[in-house]
Amino acid sequence: MSDLASPRIVIVGAGPAGIRAAATLVDAGFHPIVIDEGQRAGGQIYRRPPAGFTRPPQQLYGSEAQKARALHSLFDQLAAEGRLTHYARSSVIAVHEGRLHVLRESGVQVIFYDRLILATGASDRVAPVPGWQSAGVYSLGAAQIALKAQGVALGRRIVLTGSGPLLTLVGAQLVKAGAHVPAVLDTSPWRQQLRGLWELAARPVVALRGLVMRAQLGGRYHAGVTLERIETDGSGVAAVRWRDAGGRQRATSCDMVGMGWHLRAETHLADLAGCAFTYDEQWRQWLPKIDRMGRAGNGIYLAGDGVRLLGADGAEIAGCLAAAACLADLGRPAPSANADLHKLARLERFARGLACAFPWPSEMVRALPEDAIVCRCENVSAGVVRESADAGGGEANRVKSLSRVGMGRCQGRYCQLAAVELVAAKAGCKPDAVGRFRGQAPVRPAPIGAFLRES
Amino acid sequence: MITPGRIVRLAERDRAEVHFLLAGEMRGALAGDTVLTAMLASGHALRNSEFGSESRAGFCLMGACQDCWVWQEEGPCLRACTTLIAEGMRLRTTPPENWP
Repeated sequence: MSDLASPRIVIVGAGPAGIRAAATLVDAGFHPIVIDEGQRAGGQIYRRPPAGFTRPPQQLYGSEAQKARALHSLFDQLAAEGRLTHYARSSVIAVHEGRLHVLRESGVQVIFYDRLILATGASDRVAPVPGWQSAGVYSLGAAQIALKAQGVALGRRIVLTGSGPLLTLVGAQLVKAGAHVPAVLDTSPWRQQLRGLWELAARPVVALRGLVMRAQLGGRYHAGVTLERIETDGSGVAAVRWRDAGGRQRATSCDMVGMGWHLRAETHLADLAGCAFTYDEQWRQWLPKIDRMGRAGNGIYLAGDGVRLLGADGAEIAGCLAAAACLADLGRPAPSANADLHKLARLERFARGLACAFPWPSEMVRALPEDAIVCRCENVSAGVVRESADAGGGEANRVKSLSRVGMGRCQGRYCQLAAVELVAAKAGCKPDAVGRFRGQAPVRPAPIGAFLRES
Repeated sequence: MITPGRIVRLAERDRAEVHFLLAGEMRGALAGDTVLTAMLASGHALRNSEFGSESRAGFCLMGACQDCWVWQEEGPCLRACTTLIAEGMRLRTTPPENWP
């Protein structure tokens, strides 16, 4: 049982990693605090619709329905029994000296921790396409959330583009739900996808499921596409102009575009907590440094897609491991990690296959026309980013100060990778030499009034 | 009157109706809709870009991109993708006129 003298462990994020971490700690007699932005626990991939929606889990989560249901009921039970404290609809906006500043409806609340487990997940890794700032352009994740949590399609004629497992999955889900999807445009050519096949075979069932969904897309699916621009009219998106694998110019009229190139780890809080980062060549992004168990040092543990992009199954395992590491460091008996580490190795091999088969479109980004918008928040163009690279010596944070790229409300989440790519091209170096944008608090916009009500 | 908006309802259409005001005009939505869903069920945008000429209709739907902040008549803004619509909400796609 928990007692007041026991160390306080706080978990940020109630997706698959956060839920498993919480359950592991509860099993060991701790009472963790779980802080999450969602109304109900589940995270993004296992997101639950608001109260009053009636579609069964099978319809919402398909082949993953059992896993989703198991996680939801596990968390709900622990919360109902009072064995953890759940702060829903709460955003951690800053981490400083062992304290979390948490934006809640009642105001900003400061919560101290002895140990911190960050399970902050990921968002779509997006690349700018000329015109993408227009109304009607969404991330692939957005298209999936709209369908799952609201039962809606975000347009009447939908073109999906990008590359990665979500492209095929969202396409198949939308078609099945009755949405009109005239084209699914994959920037990865077939020969590149085949290169990932050997490692994708580490999870034959998952790979096969992907192929079946790909087949369901039929003639809508095109590999090896080059995106030229998104055309707009008075109310938003009107068409996508693209070239097929043979170089022929094509245009598909639509009122919505969903885009994404797999995922980008959400690392702002790890940054503010002082974690070290390393550039990951495989995922073409900076990721926090951890050991095999998820230890980042200083009582901080990381788990799930916020640190290694292994998907929901990997996140569940990583959540267990991070909690086990935390218990071991506190001198408490911890569950054995061997079987989990073995499973994780297989998922890591599969993830290498995904990263190889569905790469970040660096050539497309480097070829962006001068007037293409890179930062959607403040409409900073590729030309302005390139210009400031000349003045700033090719360093990410100087480019940020000079051009304001990454300084808008999303804090660089959706422009950082493209901006760094442009700067690297201009400076004639690799993206890792450009560095990364420093995380800044608050990591979500917070109204001044929330600080006046600080408790 | 509900005119066709940006989004298409594919499922879960038998929820209770909720009414809200958009720029003073009565609009209908369904209980459990986010403000984003409610506004785009009968419209094409949530707001205008402060830095360009285009309108905006949200982007990530998970509270990360901050593209979907909309104004309320009484002052405070809200993030449309993470806020549920409520009966009688008074929303705007533009800042209130007396905004400093």
